Amino acid sequence: MNSFPWLTVLGLVPLVGSIVVALLPKSRPALAKQLAFAISLVVLGLVVVIALQFNGSASEPFQFVEFHDWIPAFGVTYSLGVDGIGLVLIALSAVLVPITILAGWNDVEEPNAESVGSVKGYFALILALETLMIGVFAATDVFLFYVFFEAMLIPIYFMIGRYGGAQRSYAAMKFLIYSLLGGLFMLAAMIGLFVASAKITGQGTFNWFALVGLNIDPTTQKFLFLGFFFAFAIKAPLWPFHTWLPDAAGASKPGTAVLLLGVLDKVGTFGMLRYCLPIFPAASDFYAPFIIALAVIGIFYGAFVALGQNDLKRLFAYSSMSHFGFIILGIFVFTSVGISGSTVYMIAHGLSTAALFLTAGFLMQRHKGSSLLSDYSGVNKPAPVLAGFFLFAALASLALPGLVSFVGEFMVLLGTFQRYMWVGGIATLGIVITAAYVLRVYQKSMTGPVGSGLEDIKDLNGREITALVPIVLLTIFLGLYPAPVLNVVNPAVDTVMTVIGATNPEPTVGLSSTTSKGAQQ
Amino acid sequence: MNPSNYVILSALLFGIGTLGVLTRRNAIVVFMSVELMLNAANLAFVAFARMNGNLDGQVVAFFVMVVAAAEVVVGLAIIVQIFRSRRSASIDEPNLLKY
Amino acid sequence: MQEVMPATGVFSLLWLLIALPLVGSAILLLGGRKLNKWGAYLGVFTVLIDAVIAIAMLIAMMGNSAEQRTFSQNQFSWMFAGNFKVDMAFQIDQLSMVFVLLITIVGTLIHIYSLGYMSHDPDKRKFFGFLNLFIAAMLLLILANNYLLLYVGWEGVGLASYLLISFWQIKPTAAAAGKKAFIINRVGDVGLGLAIMVMFVTFGSVGFQEVFGSAGQASEGTLTAIGLLLLLAACGKSAQFPLQAWLLDAMEGPTPVSALIHAATMVTAGVYLIARSHAIFDIATTAATAVVIVGVITMFMGAVIGSAKDDIKKSLAGSTMSQIGYMVLAAGLGPIGYVFAIFHLLTHGVFKAGLFLGAGSVMHGMNDNVNMRRYGALRTAMYVTYATFIIGTLSIMGIPPFSGFWSKDSIIHAAFESNTLVGVLTIIAAAITGFYMTRMAAMTFYGKARWEDDVHPHESPKVMTIPLIILAIGSTFLGMGLLFWGNIETWLEPVVGIQKEEIAIPEALLMAITLVLVLAGAAYGWIQYARREVPTIAPRGSWLTRAARQDLYGDVINDTLVVQPSFWVSRFLVWFDGSWIDGLVNGSAAFFGGLSGRLRHYQTGFIRSYALSMVGGAVLVVLALVLVRLS
Repeated sequence: MNSFPWLTVLGLVPLVGSIVVALLPKSRPALAKQLAFAISLVVLGLVVVIALQFNGSASEPFQFVEFHDWIPAFGVTYSLGVDGIGLVLIALSAVLVPITILAGWNDVEEPNAESVGSVKGYFALILALETLMIGVFAATDVFLFYVFFEAMLIPIYFMIGRYGGAQRSYAAMKFLIYSLLGGLFMLAAMIGLFVASAKITGQGTFNWFALVGLNIDPTTQKFLFLGFFFAFAIKAPLWPFHTWLPDAAGASKPGTAVLLLGVLDKVGTFGMLRYCLPIFPAASDFYAPFIIALAVIGIFYGAFVALGQNDLKRLFAYSSMSHFGFIILGIFVFTSVGISGSTVYMIAHGLSTAALFLTAGFLMQRHKGSSLLSDYSGVNKPAPVLAGFFLFAALASLALPGLVSFVGEFMVLLGTFQRYMWVGGIATLGIVITAAYVLRVYQKSMTGPVGSGLEDIKDLNGREITALVPIVLLTIFLGLYPAPVLNVVNPAVDTVMTVIGATNPEPTVGLSSTTSKGAQQ
Repeated sequence: MNPSNYVILSALLFGIGTLGVLTRRNAIVVFMSVELMLNAANLAFVAFARMNGNLDGQVVAFFVMVVAAAEVVVGLAIIVQIFRSRRSASIDEPNLLKY
Repeated sequence: MQEVMPATGVFSLLWLLIALPLVGSAILLLGGRKLNKWGAYLGVFTVLIDAVIAIAMLIAMMGNSAEQRTFSQNQFSWMFAGNFKVDMAFQIDQLSMVFVLLITIVGTLIHIYSLGYMSHDPDKRKFFGFLNLFIAAMLLLILANNYLLLYVGWEGVGLASYLLISFWQIKPTAAAAGKKAFIINRVGDVGLGLAIMVMFVTFGSVGFQEVFGSAGQASEGTLTAIGLLLLLAACGKSAQFPLQAWLLDAMEGPTPVSALIHAATMVTAGVYLIARSHAIFDIATTAATAVVIVGVITMFMGAVIGSAKDDIKKSLAGSTMSQIGYMVLAAGLGPIGYVFAIFHLLTHGVFKAGLFLGAGSVMHGMNDNVNMRRYGALRTAMYVTYATFIIGTLSIMGIPPFSGFWSKDSIIHAAFESNTLVGVLTIIAAAITGFYMTRMAAMTFYGKARWEDDVHPHESPKVMTIPLIILAIGSTFLGMGLLFWGNIETWLEPVVGIQKEEIAIPEALLMAITLVLVLAGAAYGWIQYARREVPTIAPRGSWLTRAARQDLYGDVINDTLVVQPSFWVSRFLVWFDGSWIDGLVNGSAAFFGGLSGRLRHYQTGFIRSYALSMVGGAVLVVLALVLVRLS
């Protein structure tokens, strides 16, 4: 069964869909939306089929492996495969795309004075982006990964630049150039990696499996690591490489922002986990303290700046930056709990950010598109359902126990605490500021006397509720029962731990009872 | 006869051509100077081919001739167009493509 | 050591205790307006069933021998990675049992009372949804068998509290109060979270059995750290100094909420946490001493605030702080005090719920006015409320034979066993209790009527008075019942241990001294507020009164030390982000833009200069080649 190229098919479906949607006549925008939605559901179905076939306890973490030569002269291969981490991120993308399409059903209008892009173009771009997202998470060849990594910029560039708000040109250009700069460093490092591998094995390669465990000498590792890490740190974004994000998120449609922050930024953290750690273990070890320091700064910096923001979309962007601090922290403490927690956190952040941006988007749509917090007050009165979803999203964002974000956040903090007690302790204080800025937003916008112009805004309609309910259900379900994610992620994390040669710290006092049998060596 | 004399001749021709390109204003003359430089190069190619005893240089000389012919076609067309619109063949005057 | 039994028979329903109100809450909150009619009854029903199950469990537990009263139920693995593993598992023992009874029974009464109190509120359905959510979270807190699951309940009750405090969120003060409660509680939650992490790093597990089982092997420093962190958590949830500031503002919520969450159950969770973690505090004596100090400070702060407030609910809230201070200090005393902390917690849960509901009933008759200076002479207008309130007052003052006497006297006695100074302080606090409760009762029910013009006081409906009567009966007999018939000491002994010490003063004399001081305080209150005219505008008062009206400057201190600096940092970073970090990014873009702007001037459009630079370049290349060849 595994001979069937599941991942290639999975990637091709949205690509073909994208082309078909783009070729539809301009006069049928409704058809374009329906077709795009149907295709995204087909992709989701395929992902479910793949996930069901995925064997969490298999000895080989990578499954659905495909391997073809592409440019043999440079050792470039077209090779795909997913481990648990890649699988859950592909699943996250596949879940968020139909939700984004459904939520953004009426977000795009036919070209007019303010926007230049066509309706079908927007949905075609979303589907094209989905192909690239699947590719980037499924690639097991560094070159192939790079191609997807850079190609992803194109649809997002157009989604911001053609369909965004007032600042769209500036934001799109800033995003593109900043990302390209990172990509350039990665390209250089990638070529360096090829040369280094050629020196060691005699035959240069870009294949991930061949590169892992290659024992490149530590000095070279340190340079190459920086190239990769810089690209990922911009994408993630890590403090202080973050300033493109608030601009990009602030100028985007809510749906674009969901895909940008929910999935695209995860490529950065995923890249650190998939490429930086296993290929450059010595360099990762060397840089870990610096990266951890930046991550902790990012946690507090993002939270404090979010506390002082008046623009909802920029605020959520800064809050995401704070969350990404947690994710990066969990990756670079080199404990099973931390890395697993980071992966869960990626899922959780994708879901909670989607909920936040979409509800905020629904709200803005009802009030002349204003994204200023000061324009809103007392929305709970005319639109209680909207306020309820907003509160839920806010609680998911502040990692309320019982929701999946708590699983991720606590595991990250615990994993950090295991390795660096003081860092873990300081980072834990971040949850107070998170609560402060999240509840500030809710208090200012939803409670109090009803603001002017808001008296008779309509509550959420059926389509909007349908888009949000899956997020809510997933957030609660995975919060109470994260085993489906942890079961597939943990073996992959163990592999990473083995490759980088890290071991989990043992408890200082042995257990007197029998419960320690689950502990690993 | 010593082939190196041909190389010296070629260098002289090339130098004359260069000076012509740098100093003359008339586009046609500049163009002729460019042709002179190309043919100086051709001469050098052929001379070196002779000195090395293989045909590579001669082949390249043919290539250069073909390219030069094509260039003449395009270049003269451009010059004629400029002359028609500006009533002048001076190369100092058309400077619309500056910063 | 207790034996852990598998949860069979009625105990197999442990999960249902939590699931019932949780499902009830989900139905009520998601069901939409269709449920407006009967939704409230569903909310009452789920808690009532819980109470029935809890009583059945009590009977089953009493059938077992003292060592076989711990039952555990493992559902599934919740979080796991590497050597970390936490189960979704529940556990009930004697300690949890009394809490479950308190929560479900008092919870049921307050739910019933709310049917009347909230009958005109358009969001009644939502209110009962939140109340059910609270019950579920509180039961999870009590029934968890490990600290992490306890943490879920811990923040869950915080959420319910937040939602219910800001229930009337159209009022900006209510919304702000809810937010304040949540954020201050989060500070405490940091403590609990860190305590859990230290436990895991030390013991490799966060389960109660495992942690307590190997607590003896850990160093005292580690245990002190865990103890202090747990104390921080308890301070947040139980409104103890220095995290006490939220409780007074929390009175913005509907009165049944104040009764259930901010008097009877949630705020006592800190005491539960300390009693539950007794194995740690028994060894970490420094942490235990800190617990006593915090308890004493809060006991006095609460009493002073309660004496000065004119808002009946805030005065009661100050009293709650003070009484929880009693419990916390008792819990800090070690095995001498755990049992009595829990004992006082139970009686307090009943009589304070009764007092709050009584206050709610008064407000119900007085157009929701909370200012006691506008009350007076209400005893004839609302007789049932009056009678039950007075019973509650006598109980909290510690007048025999009411419930509060037995539990408070036990704590005072235990305090003397441990340290005479602490003992004396508890007696003084008891005297202040006598004063402020008499003041409250006198201002409300005695003296002359000082009502506002359009107020027509009336007794509340039956659905509200019957819970009051039941709670008044509890306030009268629960203390005796638990002490003599229920044997609370032997009941809790297997879980928390017990220890008796001799004290210097004879027991009867101690009781007499306490009683005399309480009565003296009460007499002073009576003279001040029942015999004399109470002005409707508050007089300026002494410096202490003014400070107490400002919550002893708790808000001011928080504001200057924490809130304002946070906003300064925030404003600074917003500026820094825009001017420096983004400035650097945009600056580098501008630099390259400017550079290219200069460089393009070299494109003069003068063809022969291009040709010259080409020649120059070619010459340079040739020269370089020649140089390389020559060298």
